[in-house]
Amino acid sequence: MAIITYRDALNQALREEMQRDDRVFIMGEEVAVYQGAYKVSKGLLQEFGEMRVVDTPITELGFAGVGVGAAMVGLRPIIEFMTWNFALLALDQVVNAAAKMLSMSGGQFNIPIVFRGPNGAALQLSAQHSQSWESWLAHIPGLKVVAPGTPYDAKGLLKSAIRDDNPVMFLEGEMLYNIKGEVPEGEYTIPLGKAQVKREGDHVTIISYGKMINVANQAADILAKDGIRAEVIDLLTLRPIDTETIIASVKKTNRAVVVEEGWEICGMGAQIVDYVQRDCFDDLDAPVLRVHQVDVPMPYAKNLERAAKPDAQKTVAAVRQVLYLD
Amino acid sequence: MARANKSAPAPSESPNATETKSMAKKKPESSDDSALRLSLLREMLLMRRFEERTAEAYALGKIGGFCHLYIGQEAVGAGAISVLRPDDYVITSYRDHGQALARGITPRSVMAELFGRIDGCSKGKGGSMHLFDRNTNFLGGHGIVAGHIPIATGVGFAIKYRGGDQVCLCFFGEAAVNNGAFHEALNMAALWQLPVVYLVENNRYGMGTALERASSVNDIAERACSYDMPNEVVDGQDVIAVREAVTRAVARARGENTPTLIEVRTYRFMGHSMSDAVSGTYRSKEELDEYMKRDPIAVLRAQMEQRGEWSDDKMAAIDDEVRAIVEDAWNFADESPEPPLEALTEDVYVDTTSDTDTGVAAAGER
Ligand SMILES: Cc1ncc(C[n+]2csc(CCOP(=O)(O)OP(=O)(O)O)c2C)c(N)n1
Ligand SMILES: [Mg+2]
Repeated sequence: MAIITYRDALNQALREEMQRDDRVFIMGEEVAVYQGAYKVSKGLLQEFGEMRVVDTPITELGFAGVGVGAAMVGLRPIIEFMTWNFALLALDQVVNAAAKMLSMSGGQFNIPIVFRGPNGAALQLSAQHSQSWESWLAHIPGLKVVAPGTPYDAKGLLKSAIRDDNPVMFLEGEMLYNIKGEVPEGEYTIPLGKAQVKREGDHVTIISYGKMINVANQAADILAKDGIRAEVIDLLTLRPIDTETIIASVKKTNRAVVVEEGWEICGMGAQIVDYVQRDCFDDLDAPVLRVHQVDVPMPYAKNLERAAKPDAQKTVAAVRQVLYLD
Repeated sequence: MARANKSAPAPSESPNATETKSMAKKKPESSDDSALRLSLLREMLLMRRFEERTAEAYALGKIGGFCHLYIGQEAVGAGAISVLRPDDYVITSYRDHGQALARGITPRSVMAELFGRIDGCSKGKGGSMHLFDRNTNFLGGHGIVAGHIPIATGVGFAIKYRGGDQVCLCFFGEAAVNNGAFHEALNMAALWQLPVVYLVENNRYGMGTALERASSVNDIAERACSYDMPNEVVDGQDVIAVREAVTRAVARARGENTPTLIEVRTYRFMGHSMSDAVSGTYRSKEELDEYMKRDPIAVLRAQMEQRGEWSDDKMAAIDDEVRAIVEDAWNFADESPEPPLEALTEDVYVDTTSDTDTGVAAAGER
């Protein structure tokens, strides 16, 4: 198997799906001539031309709407947001149009569209550029939300997202683009709505997704040195969420920690804890704990940013707490 | 509504031209004019030296995140802000170092902010893109393209509401005019006749996208016609021309509560941010070299030489002086402590249970 970056894995998925279906096009800021702000769309303009690889003005609400309109009448747009921070400007089209068109029209108009781009913090980008929007998006009926954390998952899930007939929010990560991993040469897809057990264990379940799955794995490595066997579940899709995999694991380990990048209040983790308390109440040996960003706008200063972000150390501490080790 | 003369100081399309109409204009010279030129030169040199050191600090990892340099555009901030009174307001985008310095935020506190230190003008929490300073009515560096344009309109609304005669000067890039926020903001300002000067720094590119590839209208000043708003185009490499255009707009805002859109034609000599190559992908080395011939500092120098106001010795002394200021700012920033960890949870809300209700006090005072 080839070892490639997360960025290249996404690039392969885009290329293969554009080759496979000529209704698929990509649109966004700097996707064409500049080859992508983060080079995810590198080479696509040269291969597919400017009708299918379209640079836009800085007009997120506008081009998100253009995507919805094109999807309404039969195209399959991929709309790139330079980052999800800027997608805030487009949320009206995402939430009020893409998410509910099928329902409002009594099933007549589905919107096969992918909105994608990096989500969450990178390094020292400060408050307006360091935000995780998954819980906002996952709140909305009609949207699917996907957040891969490895190159393999990124490619397989993006291909499925593009083939899906619904609006799919695809959350990448600036800090993920350079991560390397094995990706098979041949065609494969990964189904939306299915979680994966990334690592088996029987002492505690760590549930995470996206960039944080790498934090969860690091924490599991550290815990393993102390003989603690953590099971790591990667949700991959946040809506629809695969509660079965979560529940089966917690029933086995009796303890759980959720790791997410965003803020605590109304975060993804709160929803996961709700599923766990409903279905595993009698199985739990400790309250379920959450690891997340400190409840503040992200500060610029290096030391404060580090203190604000969830990390492996904080995850280890939470796991030790649910195991009553400290 | 009175329209500004749209053909006023039109910059030559040729980046080589060093003559502008405003320069050629005959008007009596006073010693004040030469003092003004000297102070603008010093201002621009300070910005230039400051940012040259900023780039070095970035390379050394003392500055992180996104960092956008103003090199090449100094005449815009220096000329425009020189027109304002201390009680006027300035608001801008993430490319804010030069304007912050021109507004009088100390080089020390700007550099400390870039270094993420407690003595920074935003206490190390904002960084390069988010310089703020209440003392100089500097309402921020803002990171979302066009997001601060309606905020400027709101500041204009507050000025009118309080019956004040201040103005709000709002800087943004040419790529921001394609965003809905720009149009909504200008419409309201013209509709309600608010004292705001909207100043587009047309540096020809929004990141890697040339103006013509993103805008259906290439003369950005014309966008103002949709809102029946006075507008003009000015050569942004000529600090005096910028100053004159902004003087006219500020007079309109102060005297008649009339907003103006000024398109300032300039050019950025560096990459969009620290990770962007200076040339190669979206603009050629040749194009860059052409534009660099009209360095705003050189343009002013030529004007001063013409008037016999230039002396190499005097200039060397000024350069030494600003270099020393920048050196001092660097050392200050380097020695300033990181913010304490307790600062992490501070400044998310103001404490409205205490006596110092900042919101109410500010409305009365300012
Ligand atoms: C709403 C939004 N979309 C995208 C970005 C990313 N971005 C930052 S600066 C920039 C280009 C802006 O160009 P322009 O307005 O001309 O200002 P300049 O950088 O040239 O000063 C882009 C696309 C952003 N910050 N905000
Ligand atoms: Mg620009």
